[in-house]
Order: sequence, then C-alpha cells, then structure tokens
Amino acid sequence: MDVLSILIDWLPYLLSGVASTLGLVLAALTLGLLLGLPMALGQVYGSRPVRWVVGVYVWFFRGLPILVLLFLFWFGIFPGLGLGDLSAFVVGAVVLGLRGAAYQSQIFRGAIQSVGEGQMIAARSLGMSRVTAIRSVILPQAMRIALPGWSNEYPNILTDSAVCYAIGVVELLTITARMVTQTHITMPIYLATAGIFIILNYGGLKALHRLEKRIAIPGFGTGAM
Amino acid sequence: MNDNDIVLRVEDIHKSFGGNEVLRGVSFDVRRGETKVFIGPSGTGKSTLLRCINQLTPPDRGKVWLDGEEVTNSGARINYFRQKIGMVFQNFFLFDHLTALKNVELALLRVRGMGKAEARAKALTELRQVGMEDWADHYPAELSGGQAQRVSIARALAMDPDVILFDEPTSALDPELTREVLEVMRKLAREGMTMLVVTHEMGFACSVANEVLFMENGVVAEQGSPDLLLHDPRFTRMKDFIGRIDSRMED
Repeated sequence: MDVLSILIDWLPYLLSGVASTLGLVLAALTLGLLLGLPMALGQVYGSRPVRWVVGVYVWFFRGLPILVLLFLFWFGIFPGLGLGDLSAFVVGAVVLGLRGAAYQSQIFRGAIQSVGEGQMIAARSLGMSRVTAIRSVILPQAMRIALPGWSNEYPNILTDSAVCYAIGVVELLTITARMVTQTHITMPIYLATAGIFIILNYGGLKALHRLEKRIAIPGFGTGAM
Repeated sequence: MNDNDIVLRVEDIHKSFGGNEVLRGVSFDVRRGETKVFIGPSGTGKSTLLRCINQLTPPDRGKVWLDGEEVTNSGARINYFRQKIGMVFQNFFLFDHLTALKNVELALLRVRGMGKAEARAKALTELRQVGMEDWADHYPAELSGGQAQRVSIARALAMDPDVILFDEPTSALDPELTREVLEVMRKLAREGMTMLVVTHEMGFACSVANEVLFMENGVVAEQGSPDLLLHDPRFTRMKDFIGRIDSRMED
C-alpha cells in the first residue's frame, strides 16, 4: 500500500495530534511563565524563607527526569490530592508547566540580576516605590534580556511533550504509534512525525525571533539585533 | 539669616561601611536658591553624604530636614521626599529601555499620577530647559554622555524638586561634554534652583558656588565662599589639595 495515501487518510488524526501537542506546549509555557516570573522575583527580592522555598522547588523539578515527574503526579500526587479525575491532557500540561516554571524562573532571575544596579537607584531617587520601580523599570528591561533564553523553552517543552504519550495523552506521538500498529508501516510514519516536530519547532522559533526583533530597543541587547 | 529660607538642614550625619567610618558628623544648612559645592579627595564621603540626604543610603546617625519636615526615619513617606530631592548621577542611570522623553515622563506618570498629555507636555518643557527637545525620541544608547546627562537633569527637574543633588555629574565626561553639562547647571543656578554639587570642577565651584565645603576624612574641614577658601591665608587645606591636583595635571 502506498505510504503517501495512508498518510493522507490519517491526516485528520495527525492534525488532531498536532493540535493536542501544541495545546500541551502553550498551556505549559503559559503556566511556566505565570509561576516562573513571580518565583524569579521572589528569589531576587524576596525574604530568606521565600528564597528558600523557591530554591527547593527549582531543585526538585530540575532534579527529576520528566518521565518520573509525570508518573509521580499521574499515579500519586494528583490522585492523592483527590484530583484523580483530571484528564491525562491536563496532568501532562500541568507537569510540563510546573517543570517549565523551574527553568523559566532561573532564566528570569538571571535577566533581572543583569539589569544594572543604577536603574533601581535612579528609579527610587525619583520617588518610585520598590514595586513601581520593578514593574516600570526593571521588568521591561529584564523581559527583553530574558527573551532569547526564554525562546529555548519552546523547543524544550515541545520535545518533552512527547513523554505525555506514557500516560495516554492523545498527542502527536500517540497518534503516530496507533498508525504504526494499525498499518505495520514503521519508518516512513515515524519520519513523517519527526518532520512535523521539526516544522513546529522551526515555526515557533521563527515567531519568537520575530517578537525579539519587534520589541528590540536601539543599543539595548536582546541578542536579536 | 532668616530661618524660613532654609530648605534643607543636615545634622550630624554619621555613616560607616563595615568598620570604615566614611562620614563622621557632617552638618550644614542650605538656603533656598543656594548652590553648595563639595570638594575633596576621593573616599572622603562626599557621594555617600548626598545619598544619606535622600536616604538611598540610610545614615547610621544624624538627621535630615526638608522644609522643616524630617526626612530621616520618615518610613514610606520617603518616596514623597525623594520627589522633592532630585538626584543626578555620575553615570546618568537613564532608563535604558525608554526614549529621552519617556525617561522624563515615567515618574510623572507613575509617581505623580499625571495624565499622559500633561506628562508629555511637562517632559518636553524640561527637555527644552536642557536643550534636548530635538532628541526626545532617541534612546539612551543613541546619546552622547553629555546629552544623556542633560536628559537626566531634565528627569530630575520634572518632579519640581526643592533641591537637586549632583553626584560628580561630569566625572564620566570628556572636557567638551563637561562644558555643555556645566552650562546647563550654571543656568539652573542663575534661575534660582537649589543645588548641592559634588565635583572636581574648580572653575565651576569658583564661579557658581555660594559656598564651598571642603571635605576630608569624613568631615567638613573648611567651609566658606570660594573666594575666602582660595585667598584667605587662614584657610590652607583646600589650597593644598588643589595644589596637589594642579601639579599632577602638569606632569
């Protein structure tokens, strides 16, 4: 049987897998951002207990293989919290996001710390509170500094998302595996999936690169100039 | 001297870093419209003194009063006092992600709570004051040091401060750029701005200062009009210091 016609027959399923994969990635990146940024602020500006809690969090989520984390949450932690009814998709997105937050927090922490000390001093000398100075002066600069490093989170999470296959999320790899089982065609199908991952990767990075250029400021390093 | 004229009172300021006592009891009064210049060898606490005045560096001991209100130990009200005590830094510290105009606008919007149109108009006025209105839309990286420093002066002026602290405003600039910044400061002094200036520019000190404070080892060693400190035989220490600088320049 012609491989191409099989791929075309399966195309709707493949595309639903792509949608599911992208959904995982977007949800995980967003969760990682929403948690990672406050964690970074806590680590730079927070009290000692706050810094300690963030430190332990980062150590935990960066210290375990993604598959181990996934199983811990899927079989243990979420059911233990009475959240056993959560769908595999939600659990996958949350675990990828929680882990991403640990990495993102360190990207943002480095960026915040690389903003010159004088920026805060000048802001405070004008009568800005610390919070206003962070929001209006430090973060707009730190986010620009962070973006090139942050962009790496996209391919990281995109490729990591395939492990969600292991808990039965119907994403790209799961669809691929089903195709292989039913058609007994292996290599061409895996190659097609690999091609899709590469295209998703390339497209996302391209878009992030364009964003870097759009928010670039003359003489202010974003690495995109 | 009428006590009501005193806009800033600095009383017995002490500050140590580690075991090193940088300021060992500095006191002076500043009258409205006055320019005081602080001269002295490096490491004698001149910059620390300025930072103690607006509490960027809280002093260990001593008090600062602005218009009769205590600035030291003022808690959250310090943000109000800092609007009234402008500061200009050696390295400008312009906000790198904002244009010249937005640099001046930012605190008007975020601290004074002005509307956009009003803040913009005020910022443009202040940029005109320092001759930078044509550069309003340029980013700090696109400005020369002298231009950047003039924008930072406009940024301080925008808050309508009672006094502006200048912390070695020309030390990072070459002579040509120094001249354009000193020109702006001269104009401000003439227009009645109250200024405290830490500088090594003796020419500026002599022509603009109402009073020179010569600092050495964390105290004010000599204090008086530039003419007095330079020509009265009873004063020797600042003359010695200047002699040392001059002989070094001639080398």
